[in-house]
Amino acid sequence: MKRQIPMMIVLILGLLFVAHVFIPSKLSADYLDWFMKWTKVIGPFAIVLGVFSLVLVHYNKIKRKAPNWGYSIVTLAALVITTAVGFIWGIQEGTPYMWIFKNFNVPLGATMFSLLAFYIASAAYKAFRARSIEATVLLVAAIIVMLGRVSIGQAITHWIPDITEWILNVPNLAAKRGIALGVGLGMTATSLKIMLGIERSYLGGKD
Amino acid sequence: MTETIGIWIAAFLTLCMFSFLYKDNPFYKFAEHLFVGVSMGYYIPYTFYNAFLPYAYEPLFLRKDYILIIPFIIGILYWFRFSSKFSWISRYPIAFSMGMVGMGVPMSMHATVLVQMRTMMLPLNNINIILIFIGTISILLYFFFSKAHEGVYGKFTSIGIWFMMVGFGASFGYTVMARISLLIGRIQFLLGDWLGFIK
Repeated sequence: MKRQIPMMIVLILGLLFVAHVFIPSKLSADYLDWFMKWTKVIGPFAIVLGVFSLVLVHYNKIKRKAPNWGYSIVTLAALVITTAVGFIWGIQEGTPYMWIFKNFNVPLGATMFSLLAFYIASAAYKAFRARSIEATVLLVAAIIVMLGRVSIGQAITHWIPDITEWILNVPNLAAKRGIALGVGLGMTATSLKIMLGIERSYLGGKD
Repeated sequence: MTETIGIWIAAFLTLCMFSFLYKDNPFYKFAEHLFVGVSMGYYIPYTFYNAFLPYAYEPLFLRKDYILIIPFIIGILYWFRFSSKFSWISRYPIAFSMGMVGMGVPMSMHATVLVQMRTMMLPLNNINIILIFIGTISILLYFFFSKAHEGVYGKFTSIGIWFMMVGFGASFGYTVMARISLLIGRIQFLLGDWLGFIK
């Protein structure tokens, strides 16, 4: 009951999806429409899990006066204010909700990811120290591609953009294709394992 | 006026984030926690207006499509995840969503295996096509562990490593450039929109 029925649901729906792809008909098209319609109804309820989990973590930190608990107040206040603003004034362009998105979310997100530009450089130094011929190949390919995507590469020599194109279209394509074939077979095998109940980690819990 | 306040707030938060380059500090922690809260706060109304209202509430309560009460209830079952006694009930909506894996079997086989193989099987009349063919085969053999990688076979699979290294290098180069362009965007914002040094 606790595990078998969910596994049966996955198997039946999964087999119907396989049938949908291999036996195209009005019935299979209707099945896809039905599934998508129901999934769109079920999906939004899942966000409550994320919100509740976040609130619980930070509420407990505040309650226990854990180290840096003051910052949890910032998280919860930002969560409540942004949500309230969205519900009170709506989410259209020009509303306070979009003002918060533009002036809080966008700069914070962009700056956080741009920080990686600095750390990726130090990571590259550690990874690229040409200690083997393979590491040297990686280093040279990365440098050529980086130079080939900016104007300084063209300024040095017109060969750099040409070599960049060749790297991307030939050895890079071969690498991507080889890995994609492995990934495709892995995805197929994992999908079958889930459908047949061999892979059950998505069920979580013990019983 | 609100635009000016917005620019000053965005500039302050940008600098708070950049302060992490010196070391972890209260300004960075403040910005980091604010980012988490605002991001989650952004998605709640967004999901409500763009997913819940048009696909759940309106069809069920306004258009009286009463069959949708079933997925509505299945969706609510997600919330049992927080009950230690009844958390198993939340497996039903998860299982419903996981039914999609059935699509994954033929689709992944088609998109990432058959199509890739078809595009690889070209007449070997060009040096680049020959290189792509050798690279793909040698990479696939590199990941075939049922035979020891030694002798001529081992040498051939090591060619696969070279191809992968070039591929990883190219991906790394692209990632660096993407991060650098984000950094340039932030610097342009600080020097242009905020300080007005760039017109």
